[in-house]
Amino acid sequence: MYRYDEFDHDYVRSRVAEFRDQTQRRIDGALTEDEYKPLRLMNGLYLQLHAYMLRVAIPYGTLNSRQMRTLAMIAERWDEGYGHFTTRQNIQYNWTKLTDVGDILDALADVEMHAIQTSGNCIRNVTADHFAGAAADEIEDPRPTAELVRQWSTAHPEFAYLPRKFKVAVTGSPNDRAVTKAHDIGLRMLRNEAGEPGFEVIVGGGMGRTPMIGKVIRDFLPKDHLLPYLESILRVYNLHGRRDNKYKARIKILVHETGLEEMQAQVEAEFARQMREEGGPVVSPNPEHIAQIAAYFAPPDFAKLPAQSAKLTKAIATDPALAAWVENNTADHRASGYTIVTISMKGMGDAPGDATTAQMRVMADLGERYSHDELRISHEQNVILPHVKLDDLPEIHAALQKAGLAAANAGLITDIIACPGLDYCALATARSIPVAQDLSQRFAEPARAKAIGNFTIKISGCINACGHHHVGHVGILGLEKSGIESYQITLGGDHTETLAIGERAGPGMTAEEVGPAIERLVDAYLDVRDSDDERFIDTFRRLGADPFKAAIYPENNCAAA
Amino acid sequence: MPIITDTGFAPDDAPDLIEADDLPETGERLTIMLPNDADPSALSPAFNRITLIVVPFPNAADGRGFSIAKRLRGLGYRGHLRAQGHLITDQYPFARQCGFDDVQIDSALAARMPEELWLRAKTRAIPPFLRRA
Repeated sequence: MYRYDEFDHDYVRSRVAEFRDQTQRRIDGALTEDEYKPLRLMNGLYLQLHAYMLRVAIPYGTLNSRQMRTLAMIAERWDEGYGHFTTRQNIQYNWTKLTDVGDILDALADVEMHAIQTSGNCIRNVTADHFAGAAADEIEDPRPTAELVRQWSTAHPEFAYLPRKFKVAVTGSPNDRAVTKAHDIGLRMLRNEAGEPGFEVIVGGGMGRTPMIGKVIRDFLPKDHLLPYLESILRVYNLHGRRDNKYKARIKILVHETGLEEMQAQVEAEFARQMREEGGPVVSPNPEHIAQIAAYFAPPDFAKLPAQSAKLTKAIATDPALAAWVENNTADHRASGYTIVTISMKGMGDAPGDATTAQMRVMADLGERYSHDELRISHEQNVILPHVKLDDLPEIHAALQKAGLAAANAGLITDIIACPGLDYCALATARSIPVAQDLSQRFAEPARAKAIGNFTIKISGCINACGHHHVGHVGILGLEKSGIESYQITLGGDHTETLAIGERAGPGMTAEEVGPAIERLVDAYLDVRDSDDERFIDTFRRLGADPFKAAIYPENNCAAA
Repeated sequence: MPIITDTGFAPDDAPDLIEADDLPETGERLTIMLPNDADPSALSPAFNRITLIVVPFPNAADGRGFSIAKRLRGLGYRGHLRAQGHLITDQYPFARQCGFDDVQIDSALAARMPEELWLRAKTRAIPPFLRRA
């Protein structure tokens, strides 16, 4: 894991002092509210419905047990005993007092964490594959790149006042677990024919009210050229992105309105200019430091283990709950005898992504003891133990059961993503959490969830789509219609390398109608699928939306009959 | 309209500014106003005849001027470069790091943000990436 050097420590500390000073200047009147707000946001502090919300960055989702314990301590001391893991690998505290924020930021700085650029019209927390450095299918660990981008983008003097927020995601695997095509910039690590490392650069993806699939702006960018190329994209965006309408200010709109070819020409011209500048590109990181970053992410010392664990096989034979959990919540690891564990934060009736202080401490202990002191936060709002011995799974499962964290539903229909919604968020138009809770109860029966198989439901409480509803196999969007919550269902979304935006199934419905409608939809799917192995998304692609629309809106069929 | 430099407030030197669009074909020691939606490269053939380029900041949230400055410096402009308009003290180091020599604000803003605040902003921590470069 990356460790701060003296420069990082100095900087994060001084940002805390600076934020205290900025807040004081607002109180003194030197700063107007309009001037202070971007500064507050760039330090992660939002004004929500009931209180301030502090969004803390977990860069590329990686943290150690000490950091997790500090997150627990903050939840206990300054919030109401829990935190909310988000789809962008952040944690949010929803009940923060303005007067405590400086102390919270200091506590974070103690463990090399911060809330810098988790909001505001700047380059946000850089996200990456949550299985980075562990997944069997990985070409290269994306985290050194993500860390470099984090450092480059932190307080970047040119890009702190962009037209709108800007999100970068990195994946080192062909199986895209970082939703790179739905980011302002997505970086996919690959090698060219000569075997040299580089990136496919994707630009202009995004969700929100105008969902767009990112487009490839450069097929192969040599690794060394990354930062000048990013500067080129950002410069074109900063100069030409729309500032007249915040809903049209993201780079996806610029790419759409300019056209990919013209955008590409502008970026390449800017890039060529930078590469010609005296002494090479201005932004060339110190190679020693790059090597140092890479060294921090060197794989841990894995033990030489057989591919199968006799101990685990034996335990599974007598413990069906363990068997189901191992089947659903583990993924292939690159090292023999190891696995990747997904701790589901989506137990029956849970608010997706919420973790209590006690749960965070249990997870920290497990990470420390069984996973080389590493944990990850996934964009699916789950917590990952990336480096676990197969032999240790029974003990881990038992500890998770005690903590109420043993839901065996990773990737299943109850592994629901949901934003905080109207229960917390000032932007929300409808509640998300109660809808998620209702659905998780309806499909709680393990055999039924298993029969349904891989099925993603994603819920957003407003058009901004923090709950990624556009890319759920089934998406649910909560809106408000004449004072009443109204939910729209979308079908056929996909958050992976075959990214797709779901299509609207039909008119909105009330919160109470959502659960029964999804049950009818699922029954229809089970009825028409080719085989038990055909996932909902595959059936949808084969048959189109009609059979599912008919299931959601049975009354239309009656009218037609 | 005070000018802010690394050593504090300086009096307005009030140069007459020519709009970048109206750049004369001859003449030396030109002082230019370059709007933040103009293409800086149009000025590059005349760089050696220009002594000052002023880039307006219509409001503190509009960061286009920072990219204009970087592009002007990247194109080889070595004359004086000034950010003018609505900038706050927190943006002063950014302006300097992007290649501006100084910042000019109006008197009302200068009254709200006195010299000491600008001097203090100068000492803001430099992000690690720039320190390592």
